This record gives sequence, C-alpha cells and structure tokens, in this order.
Amino acid sequence: MGFLDHFAFIAEALAHLSVGIPRTILLAVASLLIGFVLAIGVAAALLSQAFLPRWIANGYVYIFRSSPLLVQIFLIYYGSGQFRSLFESLGLWGLFREAWFCAILALALNTCAYQAVLIAGGLRAVPWGQIEAAQAVGMSRCRVFVTVAFPQALRHALPAYSNEVVLMIKATALASTITILEITGLAKQMASETYRPFEVFAAAGLVYIALNGAVAAGFTRGERFLRRNVAQRT
Amino acid sequence: MKNGLKTLLLAAPLCFMGIAQAQTQTVRIATEGAYAPYNFKDSSGKLVGFEIDLAAELCKRAALSCEVHEQAWDGIVPSLLANKYDAIMAAMNITEKREAVISFSRPYVKTPIRFVTTRKGTGADFVSSLPAITLEDIDATETAEIGKLSKLLAGKTIGVQAATAHEGFVKEHMKGATIKSYDKMDNMILDLTAGRIDVGYTSVTFLAPILKKTPDLVEFGPLMTGGQLGRGVAVGVRKTDTDLQKKFSAAIGGMLGDGSMSALAVKWFGIDISAK
Repeated sequence: MGFLDHFAFIAEALAHLSVGIPRTILLAVASLLIGFVLAIGVAAALLSQAFLPRWIANGYVYIFRSSPLLVQIFLIYYGSGQFRSLFESLGLWGLFREAWFCAILALALNTCAYQAVLIAGGLRAVPWGQIEAAQAVGMSRCRVFVTVAFPQALRHALPAYSNEVVLMIKATALASTITILEITGLAKQMASETYRPFEVFAAAGLVYIALNGAVAAGFTRGERFLRRNVAQRT
Repeated sequence: MKNGLKTLLLAAPLCFMGIAQAQTQTVRIATEGAYAPYNFKDSSGKLVGFEIDLAAELCKRAALSCEVHEQAWDGIVPSLLANKYDAIMAAMNITEKREAVISFSRPYVKTPIRFVTTRKGTGADFVSSLPAITLEDIDATETAEIGKLSKLLAGKTIGVQAATAHEGFVKEHMKGATIKSYDKMDNMILDLTAGRIDVGYTSVTFLAPILKKTPDLVEFGPLMTGGQLGRGVAVGVRKTDTDLQKKFSAAIGGMLGDGSMSALAVKWFGIDISAK
C-alpha cells in the first residue's frame, strides 16, 4: 500500500462522511439553543434569594455535570424504552421513540447545566452599582435584567461559551451510540466495512477540527462585536 | 559400507518426515471464548461450547494433538498470521475479505438468518410458504417468498448488525424499508421490544437463547443461508498450511457424512445447522 494511497482513501472517506456534517450541526445547534433558553431560567434560580429554587437548580447542575453524558444518553434512550407504557399513557412515546429526540434532549439538558453556571457567573460579575443605578432611574427589574445585566453577563461569559460550544460539537459523536448516523456513526460504519479504521477516523477527526475552527473564528468576531463599546487598553 | 550409505540415504527422508510430523502434531487452535453457544466459558472459567467439542472430535479423527486457546476476536486473524496459533475455530464465516488473508477448511455449520418480531408486531402472523431459502440458487418460488417479505416490510424499520452480510441482504432485497444498524445485537433487541424498530434480522443461533428468555418475541419467515449471507463457518488456517487445511476438511467431511456433526449441532444449538 503506497503512501499516497492513504491520502487518496482519506479523501474518499471525507466525501463519504460529509453527509453527516449537517446532522452533527443540527444536533449541536438544536441542543445548544434549547440548552441556552433553559439555562437562563436555571441561572436565575441559581442566583435566587429563595431557598427552594436555588436548591433545585443546584441539584440539577450537580447531577448533570457529575455524570457522564453517555450515561445520560443511555438513561434517556434505553430507559424510556423500558417504561414504554408509562410514556405512552403520558402521550410522550411518539417523541421518546425517536433516537433524534432522545439525543437532543440529553445533549440539551447536559449543556443547560454548564451554560447555567456560565450565565450565573457572568451575572455575578456585573457590578452591583449598575443595577442600583438602573433601578434608581426607575427601570423595572425585568428591564434591568434584559438591558443592563444580561448583555454584560453574556460578554463576561463569551470566552467560556466558545469552549462549551466546541465541547458540544464533539459531544454529538455520542449520538452514534443510539443509531444516529452523524459523522462518527458514519465513520464507525465505514471503518468496519473497509477494514481501514486509520484513514476513516483521521477523516472524521479532520471534519471536527474544521467545524470547531469555524466556531472559534465566529466567537473571536462575536467577542470583538460585544466589546465594541468597551474602552480598549492598549 | 555401500549398504550402509544406502540405508542412510533411505532413512534420511523418513527422518525428516518424522520431524515434520512432530511439528504439525500439536495444533494450537484459537477461539474467542465469548460467543455462546459456539465457544464460551463455564462458571469455572473453562472453555466450553460447540466448537470446543468439535475441535476435540476433529483432532481425534485427523490424528492431531490439539490445544484450544482463548484469543480476543479483534486480534484473532493477526495472531494466526503471527504464528501464535495454527488454526481459528471461532464462529468465523468464510467471506471474501477474510479469504484474501487466510484459508478456510470446508464449512462445518451454516447459521441460518431469520426475521424476529414482537408477538403483536409486523410479521407475527406471516405464513411462510417455504421453510428455508438458500440464496446461491434462488428459484421462482424463493423469489416470490422474498418479494412477499419485501412487501410486508415496506415502510417498516428493520434492525441489523452493522457491517454484516445481514445488513447487505436487507439493503438489497428489502428496498422499501428503513434500515437501522446496531453495533451490538443486544441493543437491537432492546429497541425491538421497545417498539423503536418493527423487525430484526439476525442469526437463529443468536436468537435461540433470547427467544427462550423473552416470550414476547417470535421468529418469522424462512431460514436463509448461503449466497451473500456467507458460505458457512469453517476452520481458518494460514494460507501456507494447505496440509492442515486438508486434514480439517477431511475430518469435517467425515463428521458430516456419518451424522455426528448434526448430532453435535443439535446438542448445542437445538437445531441441525450442519453444513451439509
């Protein structure tokens, strides 16, 4: 087998795996967005003065950050299969029957826990004086959150956020364990058909590297945009 | 002196033959030890199973002394090539890809493939007009039977093991169906009982113990063998060991001829899957 032959086969594998790119992106984007919306609520609960919501939010974050994502995926997918009649009586089986739904649910709940901590951290970093000042000019609590606290929290959290997005894109590979043929699923299938795992997984690795390179570039631009009004130390 | 030299010349080849025989006499056979009922370990950790019994009988008939060793499936072909073992008996089907690397004896068993479903599921009331289909010589009635199955499964979801001949078969013949590939067959069974797939397509030897444990599952359709599903399970040897290959083939032929292969298959699998 010639040296060039390996490269030729990697190119062939790249073409084959490209079918999986939209599926990987869909898994990552859907779960990140759902996770984000949920995380705002969880972050608010984490910072709440009331004991019960804070306690529940802390418990949720603790559980989802301390157990492997693979275990969460198996729990949701095979676990729901075991209690099919219960899910049927709740009218939810139509959703849980689908591997796609289970994968996005597990990924979203997982990233929600991480994002909630990031957002809560960002909110804590907003100087208290600003909040007081906003309230002093008569803004409602909701308006203070939307126009003063939250945009600044996002700016604080953004560098760590890019990390979370990269982690999620890589985490979508675990969806291949529940029959979803995204990039890794297709790669596993191709490797066992061709007996050439090296070239196939090298190609899969290249696809993820390219995707995450695009994410990193996007975040650098985003950070620059959000800092456009902040004085630059030069 | 002249006589002495003659004796020496005559004796020399015999002597070498003796050495050659001594070398081939201990045949090290590799098995996986994790694929019941073909080969597995009993509660004391001893290798048992259909192929362990078969190895003993084949070696007795071929006048070989054999040792059976446990070897993980991933490395079983490489370690044969590296001279760690002399033969493989590990439920290994003859395939073109494997034949590019090693040689096979004649097959000893052929594992039939069949559809499995839930008691109330698709195909549970399917009536086969044929008990079995051999795919290498499909006739009109067999084509009709496959067509009937294909029609039944159109729009349904079939679960198969990834990168197997089974997957190839359903992709080619069950065109209207959605195919879901699993890396582990246990997961396919879980999804079948959960109703995520409509039917599964896998070997009856794998299904037998599962059907016993899970009364909700039933097999249906004809037993399928041959053709693209593989030529059967055989002993694998290095390409250079043609002598050993012939000895195994002859012994297998003997066991197939006198019915002892059938008896051994019935003992371990509950059905006669001998490669007649």
